[in-house]
Amino acid sequence: MTTIPARGRTWRRRDRRTQLLIWAGWLFAVSLFVGCFQLISDKTIWAFVWDAPTQAGDLAVRMVPPDWPYIRALGRPIWDTINIATIGTLAAVLLAIPVAYCAARNTTPSVGIVRPIALFVIVSSRSINALIWALMLVTIIGPGVFAGIIAIALRSIGFCAKLLYEAIEEIDEKQVEAVRSTGASGAQVTAYGIVPQVLPAFAGISVFRWDINIRESTVLGLVGAGGIGLELNAAITQLYWTQVSLILLVIIGTVIFSEWVSAKIRHAII
Amino acid sequence: MTVATTFLRAWKKPPLIKSVWLRWSLVAGAIVYLALVYETTPVNWTRVWEGLPRGAAFLKAFFPPDFFSRWDEIAEGIAESLWMTVVSTVVGIALSIPVGIGAAKNIAPAPVYYLCRAVLAVSRSFQEVILAIFFVKLFGFGPFAGFVTLSFATIGFYGKLLAEDIEDMDAAQAEAVRASGASWLQWINYGVQPQVMPRMIGLGLYRFDINFRESAVIGIVGGGGIGATLNTAFDRYEFDSAAAIIILIIVIVMLCEYGSGYLRRWVQ
Repeated sequence: MTTIPARGRTWRRRDRRTQLLIWAGWLFAVSLFVGCFQLISDKTIWAFVWDAPTQAGDLAVRMVPPDWPYIRALGRPIWDTINIATIGTLAAVLLAIPVAYCAARNTTPSVGIVRPIALFVIVSSRSINALIWALMLVTIIGPGVFAGIIAIALRSIGFCAKLLYEAIEEIDEKQVEAVRSTGASGAQVTAYGIVPQVLPAFAGISVFRWDINIRESTVLGLVGAGGIGLELNAAITQLYWTQVSLILLVIIGTVIFSEWVSAKIRHAII
Repeated sequence: MTVATTFLRAWKKPPLIKSVWLRWSLVAGAIVYLALVYETTPVNWTRVWEGLPRGAAFLKAFFPPDFFSRWDEIAEGIAESLWMTVVSTVVGIALSIPVGIGAAKNIAPAPVYYLCRAVLAVSRSFQEVILAIFFVKLFGFGPFAGFVTLSFATIGFYGKLLAEDIEDMDAAQAEAVRASGASWLQWINYGVQPQVMPRMIGLGLYRFDINFRESAVIGIVGGGGIGATLNTAFDRYEFDSAAAIIILIIVIVMLCEYGSGYLRRWVQ
């Protein structure tokens, strides 16, 4: 049996060029990271950072035990928070349908004019955080739950419309063609050819966004838009740390509950 | 003739929810809920109505956006947000790898699993702004608090998705690596990592987007970055500068999204 002489060469996964490129990529990434960290570090008062563990310990001691009787005052704010998320999501979903319809390449009335407008609506709604929307809306329509609902709705339109239009673009055209070939009108084609195909995705998107919105709506109160954030802000400003810890526990509970509900619903749909 | 009657029946769309009882109780529940919300949510319609012209004036104050009179502060804020995003995405992902591995049921022992899941639940439950309030208290104002906030929030997001991805992996491949006598680290590196890597790179880029967007709001509570500049602009009633900042945020988010979409296609 003859063996091939090894000639001192060992097996390599990549050739030299690729290997060098990968090294260069890593070098660039690491220096970028170090450079950015350096810039942050220049703006930091490190004495405060080294002091942080002591501060954290101090805060933790003040937060325990949670002020349990205070929970009676939290029922209403948490109900408001859930309503902001639910009604806001509902409004967003209803508004997202026409936007998605106009943004999807295969259903849009005009690729040249309507589609860019719809895409612009989606991008601007997605880029501006609910808190910034709330900040503006509180000035315009006054503080309260209503401003929170609108803020959540405006923020969620882009998200829902984006996922929905991607779902519409991925539908099976043959089914649409089949419905059209029976002589259906445009509206009928939409109702029987497109809607049934995107309905499960649509329901999943709505529940997913609702879950995110529960979390988002917990902070809207900080700028005056109602919900549990108002209580949190008040407790922090008045340094009632035992109330703060109870509010945080309630928020964790609500978020975990909403996550469980949305997982159940999505499981049932898909 | 009896046969004809069956032909004359019109076709009806099958209902979405098959059980009649469940369908109607869902409808009834929704109506009751909406009525309750309507009853308990005070909307001061006169205030809303009064606010509309004010809103129009407010919007008018945004135009034309003024990029120049506060350009130095805006540029500094944007740069600060970008550094914060880069550093916190990297650190957050690095920290979320051990947590994510620990939170995967199929490879972590029970105590580690529950501990890591608890970390993820806490990190995911709190919106970035709430975290930022506390971190600003601990670390003082400025980008460092923002960096810690975003890193911590990244752990919750990335760790959970990583854990789910590991739980969905093909056990046979990992088993094969283990059967060759690999140590635990080698097993993770050659049996698990290649299976989750492509999706996790995409998610890392996606998290970069999110971190930039969030960095625009944590400044409102003192976490540094463009949010602080935006908040100052609002406080000074310089709405034209605020409009410029918002436009810049939108443009950068769009660039990030296009860039990361391109990179993701290139990687996968």
